[in-house]
Amino acid sequence: MEQDINITIIDRDGVKHQIEAPTDMAMNLMEVVRSYELAPEGTIGICGGMAMCASCQCYVLSDTKLPEMQDDEEAMLSEAFDVKDNSRLGCQIQMTPEMEGLEVELAPES
Amino acid sequence: MITTDILIIGAGPTGLFTVFEAGLLKLNCHLIDALPQQGGQCSELYPKKPIYDIPAYPEILAGDLTHKLMEQCKQFEPGFTLGERAETIEKQEDGSFIVTTNKGTKHKAPVVAIAGGLGSFEPRKPLLENISDFEDCGVEYMIKEPEFYRDKKVVIAGGGDSALDWSIFLSDIASSVTLIHRRNEFRGHLDSVEKVQELKNIGKIELITPAEITGINGNGKVENVEVTKKGEEPILLETDHFIPLFGLSPKLGPIANWGLEIEKNAIKVNNALDYQTNIPGIYAIGDVNTYPGKLKLILCGFHEATLMCQSAYQIINPGKRYVLKYTTVAGVDGFDGTRKEAPKAVVKAID
Repeated sequence: MEQDINITIIDRDGVKHQIEAPTDMAMNLMEVVRSYELAPEGTIGICGGMAMCASCQCYVLSDTKLPEMQDDEEAMLSEAFDVKDNSRLGCQIQMTPEMEGLEVELAPES
Repeated sequence: MITTDILIIGAGPTGLFTVFEAGLLKLNCHLIDALPQQGGQCSELYPKKPIYDIPAYPEILAGDLTHKLMEQCKQFEPGFTLGERAETIEKQEDGSFIVTTNKGTKHKAPVVAIAGGLGSFEPRKPLLENISDFEDCGVEYMIKEPEFYRDKKVVIAGGGDSALDWSIFLSDIASSVTLIHRRNEFRGHLDSVEKVQELKNIGKIELITPAEITGINGNGKVENVEVTKKGEEPILLETDHFIPLFGLSPKLGPIANWGLEIEKNAIKVNNALDYQTNIPGIYAIGDVNTYPGKLKLILCGFHEATLMCQSAYQIINPGKRYVLKYTTVAGVDGFDGTRKEAPKAVVKAID
């Protein structure tokens, strides 16, 4: 599909997945991970994507330009565990064509 | 021992609607929920957020949905065991089940309907290696009895409403309250943030931000915690209690050990028929179940609850005849003696 972008996701077992993510279905990174079943159901996106849990936390490994962090994401990450400087919540990252080449690693389940 | 017809684990939207559907079949329900109030996720996580896909409601707040479901089922007088988690299930010789909670409350019913959503909400624990050694010996994840902290030194960690509210509350009870948060900003109601600021100014709450608890020390009970302020050397803070308040996260919990077939962190059910699990008499409905094509939507939970009740009726009343009735035609007879019915059409002769 021409709207698809290529992104790389390293799952919680360290396995690298190169996948195509649609950019025309209003999907966020957490939903892309779920659609490819790269993390077991019930361990990711628990709050449904409202930045109210940190089950979709990931570490951004590429220097891809991402939407700026909003207050609720920042607040949630400040209470989450295993947070690093490059932590983001997957549910707050909408897939856009500019994100071609994005590489992220899923944070441990907590 | 609490006895009922259908014992429902989980008082979220699906569990509450089950009470209504069961009531139409003259079956009583009792619900167990780990949270202290009804509504499940809808009231615990996002009561003020709108839902747009409840049929006939273009928009409804999750909290309002809970109230309306309570209103809808109230004439069937459901019983509730709240703030307790269903822990064990034992099958009896007569085919019924006894479910016991973590506080020892026993419930007996011929049918059990698990409407547990994502599981029971458990406190999120900070990642400190030895924290479990101090649980109930100075580390508490929930404040049950504030008086417990009278004249004690208390350290609270967290940045949300519960951390703020309890810091405020305990500042009048404890000998000292220290609030520690990883950021300078708190996300709570403005009132609470301002109140904490006020109490800090008059020295009733000590605030350490941006900082983290990085260690717990003590012999048999908490004696001090290690606090690390960003960019500084850790310091030791003497305290009697450390209360981490980092919110709740749902876990399938003890239900996972009930011998039910689990797949994708959910309970496998027979979706061709009645949402029964691999154990006859135990059903799973709503977000907690899985089957091919499953969608975790409230509206799907309502449908599953309805079919489940028809099947439960057969278990509870073997061989007894029944046909589906429409509420518009038959009305609704509550167990509390109330009756709702459509007004009768008046026929008047024309001269």
